[in-house]
Amino acid sequence: MVKGMSVKEGDIAQRYREHTGRKRTYIMAGLALLAVMTVLSIATGSVDIPPADVIRTLAGYSVSVTWDSIIWNVRLPQVLTAIVAGAGLAVSGVVMQSILRNPLGSPFTLGISNAAAFGAAFSVIILGAGSTSSRVGDAVTISNPYLTTASAFVFAMLVTVIILMFVRIRGTTPEVMILVGVAMGSLFTAGTMFLQYFADDVQLASMVFWTFGDTARASWEELGLITIIVAVSIVHFMLNRWKYNAIDAGDEIAKGLGVNVERVRLWGMIWSSLVTAIIVAFLGVIGFIGLICPHMARRIIGDDHRFLITGSIVMGSLLLLCADTVARVMIQPYQLPVAILTSFLGAPTFIYLILKGRRI
Amino acid sequence: MILEVNGVEFQYRSKEVLTDIRFQLKKNEILAILGPNGVGKTTLLKCMNAILKPKSGTILVDKEDVLKLEQIDIARRMGYVPQRCEPARLTAFDAILLGRMPHIKWNISPEDVMLVEATIKKLHLEDMALRYIDELSGGELQKVGIARAIAQNPKLLLLDEPTSSLDLKNQLEILNIIRDVVRKEHVSAVMTMHDLNLAFRYADKFLFLKDGTIFAAVSMGDVTPQIIEEVYGVPVTIQNYMDVSVVIPV
Repeated sequence: MVKGMSVKEGDIAQRYREHTGRKRTYIMAGLALLAVMTVLSIATGSVDIPPADVIRTLAGYSVSVTWDSIIWNVRLPQVLTAIVAGAGLAVSGVVMQSILRNPLGSPFTLGISNAAAFGAAFSVIILGAGSTSSRVGDAVTISNPYLTTASAFVFAMLVTVIILMFVRIRGTTPEVMILVGVAMGSLFTAGTMFLQYFADDVQLASMVFWTFGDTARASWEELGLITIIVAVSIVHFMLNRWKYNAIDAGDEIAKGLGVNVERVRLWGMIWSSLVTAIIVAFLGVIGFIGLICPHMARRIIGDDHRFLITGSIVMGSLLLLCADTVARVMIQPYQLPVAILTSFLGAPTFIYLILKGRRI
Repeated sequence: MILEVNGVEFQYRSKEVLTDIRFQLKKNEILAILGPNGVGKTTLLKCMNAILKPKSGTILVDKEDVLKLEQIDIARRMGYVPQRCEPARLTAFDAILLGRMPHIKWNISPEDVMLVEATIKKLHLEDMALRYIDELSGGELQKVGIARAIAQNPKLLLLDEPTSSLDLKNQLEILNIIRDVVRKEHVSAVMTMHDLNLAFRYADKFLFLKDGTIFAAVSMGDVTPQIIEEVYGVPVTIQNYMDVSVVIPV
């Protein structure tokens, strides 16, 4: 070694910067891909629009009145909903996986989505927060989105509290936690079925709403509400990104580093439950996005939450947007709700994760 | 005195675990907490940085009462290395960088990165710096844990059985690292240990716990076979071999 301590950055720090720089590049590439997919997705559907015209229309140049109407009223809200909902579900999943120290954690696998769906159905059928009609396209009109969201959130939090209680009991393995989630999921599915049993024909037809999540349902106003909650939650999660890294190393290490683990865990669960609740209330249950996307992001950029949170968001948006686009054109002229497709994708991934053990 | 512990008591579900713990530690000294399984060694260690809250007593680190400090302020003064560190898909550099957490606000600065690099060089961990910790061996992971605690820039290192489940070479390497840091960096260390012979080689002070309280607090010269026999219930003799004290059960 050269005499004296060098004050300049050495080779290790430099290699480390290259290492983190690569992660940034991956995220940027993901964002670029998302932008391309957004245009392609808007262009795709029962009527195909040339991508160039999509870009022109989005930029504010009217190409034709029909396309203006299709893009601004139908395709764009749906595409943005897929992007925002994918981001929200994925970010909830990645945070739950960290703070519960459970690689199988996600809003859906822990039963939180189904509880929120019950809460939303409860608010419409029992509390009268909306009206139902037998038209398949928009079977449920939510007249009081706040009440519906609140109700969905209350039931989502109920499950969250039960899960947090289990976490407090030492030795709760990821598998046990998932079993609790399965139990909660079936309980609230049963609850929704109970509501169905006493519903009239029109209400019954509309109950399908929450069982198959669909991005085509959100109005601009609902999209705005979802976006605000998702955005604020992302800010909260990003502020805590170091703490999630510390908790990943173990509760005691985190405490030794000055992290109030219980508080971080509670607030992380509250925010991710709220995000789940609002997405489920307006779109229905969309399974597995919150589970798969974080793991796909982990594969590419590792477990460092400084990059993993953003990576999961991009991956969630990308995957839900792709799935949504495929679902839209798969069996024409029908438009499948995207949740059916994500479940087909998710179930095998879930089994793969269990087979693979704790870490992917 | 860097550390003064006075009358610390700890209860777990109304069961008395530790009673009337009092001892002191000087700068640049290593204290080994010894005693049989289940006597409360780890509990005592966790009380020192308030991961567990003692029922009563005071713990002064550099004249400041730990139990009145915020968790983050404790983290700026004490680095804690548990028995096990959970592996994740992080590089060793990332994991050590976590030690800077108590000192950063929104993000790390170039100084933090340089400090981590210096720590890595100090501990000779260059080869594993950019490897993922979920691919490291137990000994390497333990070194990363110690490096993280050192990167915290603490006045006191707390180590929970740093050599358990390590092979002989790694045991010696880890303890050499700890001793070097304590001698050169103006920190002190408290560690729980099972291996008496290793403790005698590396520690300066010894705290023998029995029945939840201190049976003896002694320096190397004052350790007698009687103390060990009373604490562990095994008759022993202490022999000197090439200036090293060795405990042999008889």
